[in-house]
Order: sequence, then structure tokens, then C-alpha cells
Amino acid sequence: MFSAVIDRIGLTTLHICNRIGATVVFLFRTIHTACTTRIKLASTIQQMHFVGVKSLSIVILTGLFSGLALALQSYIGFSRVGAEDFIGLVVTLGMTRELAPVLTGLMTAGRAGSAMTAEIGTMRISEQIDALKTLRINPLQYLVVPRLVASTIILPFLTIFAMVCGVIGAYTFCINVLGLSSETFFSTIEEGVAIADIIGGLFKSACFGFLSAWIGTYNGYHTRGGARGVGSATTETVVTGSILVLIANYILSAILFQTGIG
Amino acid sequence: MIQLHNVYKQFQEGTYILKGINLNIPSGESTCIIGQSGQGKSVLLKMIIGLIQPTHGNVIVDGIDTSDVSEESHHDIFKQCGYVFQFAALLDSLSVFENIGLSLLEHGYSEQQAMPIVKAKLKLVNLTPDILEKYPDQLSGGMKKRVGLARTLVSDPSIILYDEPTTGLDPITTNIVHELIHRTQQNMHITSVIISHNTTIFDYVDNVALLHQGEIQYFGKARDIWNTDNPYVRQFIRGYTSGPIETEID
Repeated sequence: MFSAVIDRIGLTTLHICNRIGATVVFLFRTIHTACTTRIKLASTIQQMHFVGVKSLSIVILTGLFSGLALALQSYIGFSRVGAEDFIGLVVTLGMTRELAPVLTGLMTAGRAGSAMTAEIGTMRISEQIDALKTLRINPLQYLVVPRLVASTIILPFLTIFAMVCGVIGAYTFCINVLGLSSETFFSTIEEGVAIADIIGGLFKSACFGFLSAWIGTYNGYHTRGGARGVGSATTETVVTGSILVLIANYILSAILFQTGIG
Repeated sequence: MIQLHNVYKQFQEGTYILKGINLNIPSGESTCIIGQSGQGKSVLLKMIIGLIQPTHGNVIVDGIDTSDVSEESHHDIFKQCGYVFQFAALLDSLSVFENIGLSLLEHGYSEQQAMPIVKAKLKLVNLTPDILEKYPDQLSGGMKKRVGLARTLVSDPSIILYDEPTTGLDPITTNIVHELIHRTQQNMHITSVIISHNTTIFDYVDNVALLHQGEIQYFGKARDIWNTDNPYVRQFIRGYTSGPIETEID
């Protein structure tokens, strides 16, 4: 009984190590391909459109309602100590440093990452990736690099929309519901928000875009087992991608805090 | 010449799908590989082109060892070998023109330069240019297979590997595809290796090999196939349920 448990723990550990190793090797091969071959511009722009433009509406809605909710929660706390004037500052700092990058990252992992897995996974099981190889086309260059580059570049732009919409949501709430003046709302933001806060948030979002595309393309590229395999790989992308975004958020926040950037 | 020397393939610990294959496929001839489903025919074909590596042994294609995994070797093999996939494996997001001309467009040809080559290959497979703008989901099964063949012909390969090119096709379209394979082989002096379950292909090929339980049980001329004494071949081509080939329907 005891040895069976140890066996199981050992096997699980080996499986996890094997998986992490394979994922890292895939990343290195992709980076090597990106550095040694021509990046496909048209394909990259197409992916930027897919990841960016087509995610815009959900990112705007997410940012807007997060800003509204944050303003409401901040009001509840600040009204107890008579500090309602600082709602604008807190919402802006919260959106730029944390909420906008993280929520945009999660949305991208869920929407674009899973779509990448489904598309590449379907290509894998229908032998389209093998067909590319036989046509002397590098599948990493053709399929993976454009998605990785596009996602990394476009996420900061999406995050800017989330940041702005969050602040607009908070502003609307503060002006129309709480009756704060526009000057008060913006003066605290001007005094309390530094450009480093925004840069830190955008840097994090670029990392989240990279992570989401990495996991999405890896799972798609290694899909096995027909339609069920595509379904499992897609689910795994959403789960793993979301967890990685949250873990990376803490690590990056700590690094940015230590370096004094954010 | 395609040579397989003592080729083994193991997918899981202890399970060998190919057990010491030795096979010489002559140049300029067409060879059909037959055998039950799940016997490793597609694995064998993918090993020839280097998409799958053998666990042991060597696969040598015109002097190049495909079990040598260097990128350069694969590049050379893919240049010489074309592969027609079972379900064509056309890229869904690309039009027929883009699918056929993909290797040209990706290797520096402009659309204007690629167009006449694509049209010529399309003509070789008896298709008209009006389908160039269509997408794979707008084509019938037979058309997809022919587009897949046209895509393979674009690089003028000296060897073409066909993985069940007539699966799912009606008898008339099957014969059209068989004739196409035969004509392509004859006109272009190509070495063809075809996996098929369809016995009508014996009229169109030079040699037949039977793969069973990971070993080549028979290799001979197609014209002699119906008269052979080999019990595996006799059972397989006549579809007998009793014989050395164990059937799973019991």
C-alpha cells in the first residue's frame, strides 16, 4: 500500500518533469526558429487581428465593468474613513498595475489560446502539419512563430484599452453616482500615478500574451487522439494558461517591485 | 531504390509494430503494400519519408538514410519524395491554388510565377482551373485526393508515397485515381509506393508486398498475385475469414 503510493507520486513527478521539459524544449525550438528564419509578416498581422481586434469587445467590457466594480468597492471602504477623493487614484493604480493586464491575459488565454490549440490540434490530427513538413515548410515557422510574436505584441495594446475603459467606468460611477467632481477624480490620478505603473502593467501583459500563445501552440502541436484529443488539449490550454498567467503575475509584480519599476 | 534494413518500430514499451522489416523497393516501379488495418503500413510509409524514425534499423532512400535525423537530410528527402495523405491533408484555411502552390509560394515564388505551374499540375490530375479559388470543404473526396496529388507533383518528386489514396471513394472514382497514379508513374518514371486495401489496384502496379504482424510475409509481381501459393496473400486478397491471418470477428 505504502509503496504503491510512493510509486504513484514518483510516476506523477516524472510525468510532470517530462511535460515541463517538453514544453521548454518546444519553446527553445520556436525561439531558435524565430531567430534563424524569416518571420512571416502577413501571417503575424493576421494573428494580431485575430488575437487583438477580435478580442477587443470582450476586453472593453471586462475593463469597463471591472473599473465600475472596483470604484464601488473602493467607495465602500473609503467612505468609512472619509477618503472618497482617492477612488480615482486607487482604481487607476489597480487597473494599470494589476487588473487590466491580468484580466486581459486571462481573456487571451481563454479565447485566443484555446483557439490556437484547437486550430493547430486539428491540423495535427488531420496530418496537415505532416503535410507541411513534406512540402519542406517548417511548421514552427509557419504556425507557431507568427502566433507567439503576434500575441506578445498585441496584448499590451489590448491592455491599454482595458486600462482606459476601467478608468472610464470608475469615472462614470464617481461623477454620476457619487457626485464627485471631475477635477478631484483626475487630480489624485495625476499626483499618484507614475508612468512606471503603466509601463510595468504593459510589460506584464506582453509576458502574458507570450505565455498564452506558448501554451496554446504547444498543446495544439502535441495533440493526440482525434476529436477528443483536441477537446482535452483545448481545455488544458485554458486551465494551464490561466494558472500560468496568475503565477507569472505574482512573480513579475515581485520583480517589478524589487527593481522599482512598478 | 528504397531499402529497408532490419527495421523495427516500437511505440510503447514492449509493443513492436514492425519487427525486422527487410524490403527493397525497385526504382521506377510501382509497389503496393497490402495488409490488415493496424499492421503498421502507414508507419512504414512515414518511415520511408522520415516523418517517423525507426526504433532500430535503417531506411535508405536513393542513398539517403532517413533515420539520420539532421534537418539537411530531411530537406533532401522531402525534395525527392512526395507524400499523398489518406485524407489529402489539404490546409483548410487555404484555397486550392494556395494549397497546390504552397511550397512554391513559401519558397519565394510570386503568385504570377506559381500560377502556370499550379495549372499544369491541376491538368495532370484531370481537374480544371475553375476550382482554384475554392476551399477544401467545397470539394468532393475524389477531388481532394487529386488536389493532394497535384500538390505533391508541384515539387517534381522522383518518389511518391500514397497512403490509402482510394479510401472512401466510389468504384468509378477509385479507378480514376488508380489510372491517375499509374499514368503519373509511367509518364514521369516515378517510383510509387501505394498502401491500399483495394484489390483492383493490382491491375495498375508492378509489385505487391503483404505486411502482417510486423513482418513482410510476401513480396512479388502483381501479375502473379492471384496465382500465388502464399497462404497470407491467398486469404487476404480473397477475404477468407479462416487462414493464417487471425480475424477479430469471432
